[in-house]
Amino acid sequence: MNLRRIAYTRPWRTFIAGFFKENAVAYQLLGLCSVLAVSNRMENAIAMGLGVVFVMTVSSVLISLLRNWIPSQYRLITYMIVTSTFVIIVDLFLKANFPLISSQLGPYVGLIITNCIVMGRQEAFANKNGTWLSLLDGLGSSLSYLYTLVILAFFREILGFGTLMGVRVMPESFPPWVVISMAQGAWFLLAIYYWVFRRVAKLKPVEQE
Amino acid sequence: MTLNPLIILVAAVFTHNIALTYLIGICPMLAMSRRVGTAAGMGVAVTFVLAIIGPLNWVIYRLLLVPTHSEVMSFLVFIIVIASAVQLVEMLVSRFFPALHSSFGVFLPLITVNCAVLAVSLFVVLREYSLWQTVAFSIGTGIGWGLATTIIAGIRERLVLIGDVPADLRGAGITMVIAGILALAFIGFSGMVAIQ
Repeated sequence: MNLRRIAYTRPWRTFIAGFFKENAVAYQLLGLCSVLAVSNRMENAIAMGLGVVFVMTVSSVLISLLRNWIPSQYRLITYMIVTSTFVIIVDLFLKANFPLISSQLGPYVGLIITNCIVMGRQEAFANKNGTWLSLLDGLGSSLSYLYTLVILAFFREILGFGTLMGVRVMPESFPPWVVISMAQGAWFLLAIYYWVFRRVAKLKPVEQE
Repeated sequence: MTLNPLIILVAAVFTHNIALTYLIGICPMLAMSRRVGTAAGMGVAVTFVLAIIGPLNWVIYRLLLVPTHSEVMSFLVFIIVIASAVQLVEMLVSRFFPALHSSFGVFLPLITVNCAVLAVSLFVVLREYSLWQTVAFSIGTGIGWGLATTIIAGIRERLVLIGDVPADLRGAGITMVIAGILALAFIGFSGMVAIQ
């Protein structure tokens, strides 16, 4: 099959929309709490990002398989129960294999349940579309969340601690820029990311208030 | 952990503000901070619901989950309690306090997805608070979230006076910058009380 033609198929467009144009963080403005809070170190960002990729992909598939059996008035509580089941799996996995990262992430793993990306995509997509498309949609949106976290963590760890994945990369004479690793710096870096992303992706600007 | 509950309350409002220091409850904060009235109403609703749900989840965790060794289920139990308690609170308020319901009733269903509510229950478990400490922490968190959101809304309402915001930064972007500056200002409170 001609590779170029894949770019026009529905599955590919579903995936790439979630992955780039409709970036979960900069476009849909979902899941900001954990983006800001865990992006101070690369290890935490990768662990959290992979956790979200797992929870989102699996729960999107499950919701889309169940979509004809879920009564519409109970659908939100169903999403929450499905999501929290998979979050418990991620939490136990991290506790057992990476106790250090698990203790640094603290309550933020549990907060994946109320991470609006997961619920938003379930409501907007998985509840209406087939399993294969829902898998791609979940994967695309959660990967966009993962790379956002990694980009932010890259800058925040280098500037805030002078290290990358715990290895020193900046010269000893570089004084750690402490505020970047704190909550305050997270706000400013996310604003810069939002700005650059919207410019690069050529998104339509919001109306002046 | 024998902290005075009052100290925990002050810390949760100022020095350890849930939105500005722990970065929790950000999505509703960005969405609700368009008008001061809306922001304040949501703040009241969150405080009200937290004051009920925080202690409720503490009681359920200590009296139901710990004795049966099913702490693993805590996420699932907490989220179901939150979702059903919010529904119940809305029904009770609309039945017995119609005036109150018309002022902040519309915000109540949105609280289920406010991560601050779930975060309070998770923090309380992690920090092993007592019941009174939990009550103080829940109320303080609600007030702190409402305070931060209302201040940001006040600044956003006046934003139009200062001129043009760069096109790609409008909306949520400039709100993040405002929140960052506000968070810097809140560093001024640090040292007032010490917890942890």
